[in-house]
Amino acid sequence: MRKALTETLIEIAQSDPRLVLMTADLGFMVLEPFQERFPDRFFNVGVAEANMVGLATGLASCGYIPYVYSIATFASMRAYEQIRNGPVLHNLPVRIVGIGGGFEYGHGGITHHALEDLAIARVQPGLSVVAPADSNQARNAIRATFDLPGPMYLRLGKRDDYAIPNLDGRFELGRCELVRDGGDVVILSLGSITAQAVDAAEQLAGQGINATVAVVSSLRPAPTEDLAELLSRFTLAVTVEEHYVDGGLGSLVAEVLSEHGIRCTLVRCGVKNRAPIGWGGEDYLRDAAGLSAGQLTKTVCTALGASPA
Amino acid sequence: MTFVAVPEKLADLWPGITPYRIRRIIIEESKRAHVGHIGSALSVADIVAVLYGCVLHVASADDPLRDRFILSKGHSALALYAALHLKGFVTEDEIHAYCSDRGLCGVHPEHHLCGIDFSTGSLGHGLAVGAGVALAARMRGEPFRSFVLVSDAECNEGSLWETVMFAGHHRLGNLIAIVDDNGQQALGKTKDILDLHPLGDKWRAFGWNVHEVDGHDVTALSAAFRDLLDRGDAPGVIIARTIAGKGVSFMEGKVEWHYLPLSDDQYAQALRELEASATP
Repeated sequence: MRKALTETLIEIAQSDPRLVLMTADLGFMVLEPFQERFPDRFFNVGVAEANMVGLATGLASCGYIPYVYSIATFASMRAYEQIRNGPVLHNLPVRIVGIGGGFEYGHGGITHHALEDLAIARVQPGLSVVAPADSNQARNAIRATFDLPGPMYLRLGKRDDYAIPNLDGRFELGRCELVRDGGDVVILSLGSITAQAVDAAEQLAGQGINATVAVVSSLRPAPTEDLAELLSRFTLAVTVEEHYVDGGLGSLVAEVLSEHGIRCTLVRCGVKNRAPIGWGGEDYLRDAAGLSAGQLTKTVCTALGASPA
Repeated sequence: MTFVAVPEKLADLWPGITPYRIRRIIIEESKRAHVGHIGSALSVADIVAVLYGCVLHVASADDPLRDRFILSKGHSALALYAALHLKGFVTEDEIHAYCSDRGLCGVHPEHHLCGIDFSTGSLGHGLAVGAGVALAARMRGEPFRSFVLVSDAECNEGSLWETVMFAGHHRLGNLIAIVDDNGQQALGKTKDILDLHPLGDKWRAFGWNVHEVDGHDVTALSAAFRDLLDRGDAPGVIIARTIAGKGVSFMEGKVEWHYLPLSDDQYAQALRELEASATP
């Protein structure tokens, strides 16, 4: 989704002089096209995320719409207090872009694995939290949210080379998007891991289990009404997120179930208890956390009391 | 925009916005509310008076071309409320409601109050926001400037030096920082806790123009602002050597006046001392 980000920002910046792009010295082979096109609106501030968010806050207070770019861990956490006391407290249109949520920086290790960014972003009042599932959805999410008066945290996957079938780039803030219909279980997902959730649904179909798959890219504002309506039609819901199981999508769905009195069993798939020990690539780590399509298929079968094939 | 000339007498310099009147409001309102942070507010009274009296161009609180002022050491808020009150942005009712329920004037300033450009209270944040403001003015070719008042202990924060580096590198000549160098921090003397000096050399090393002045000498402060703004080739910092609690003898240089409220006797003495030293 990095290519989608740069191309969409260039597209918007052509007609809107308010857009500014800042990076804390990351984005090699990603951000250069923007820098070349708009050198006066591009700042590499150095390895200094706290300053970057502060600068963006000052720019936004004077009418600019700054996008600040870093790896998701650094973007969301190093300057968390500056985000809270800056764009959140003053309701300013700063866009915090975190690249590579979950295990996408595989061999980079735990310092590069954003496993709590969505949870900590979700608690800040007025901070929109968006995690698109593929590049086309990312493009539309960036376009749809550019002009929001308040701040946003945007978690983007690294890859641009896949598309979620039937999503067709659809995005609407505060809504979820259905990409597959089935009556046995509803699988809810967001971000890059949605590709695994969709593959799991396909594998389940091969075993005669029909899953609905909903993409919940707008974590905040939460698609509460969509979720309540959807969940009330099922007895089993499975959330899939490349994130600790607490505080993110699974927690949101639990809140909706509880607050709406919906009787539906919830299975939260995500990273449990602690960060994984040992090194590995993205696929290895996802599988170890039970988030590969194969592991998700087994989890759904077990929850339904069916024998995995 | 022109810099207001420095007249001969203070009374001519800042109609209504004098260090004495700011100090008096600090003492009166902190007594009324029975809260502390008095020493920090008194420390910056002269700096705030000079800023609002003759440096800042603020035609109205929402003028997009106004100079911005960020009190990054938010715990000196009462000095800022006093200046904003004397300037006519903060009403008497609002300042009398200092630290009251449902009031707009708390221990640290919040932007819901007319004239407050940015909510502060967490040290090490304001300078970055001020640099963003300065950058915005430069990018748009607009004349407004950005002023940020930080404490000396705030220079303990690593985030502040990120901005010092950035502003120096980008030569943000429309950004002026003032360090309230009173030598005190929450638990003692800065020289004992984390020695900052030579502080001017540190800023200078990052490409800033530096003035080191007596932070209670309004003429020296005015001249330093004027010189830094006239030069405009780099960000400027005034290391203002101050005394915490300045103007009230029993508070001067005493760490406890970061915290304590005034007793009735202390209040009476403080007012007597201020009146005795008031500039005509």
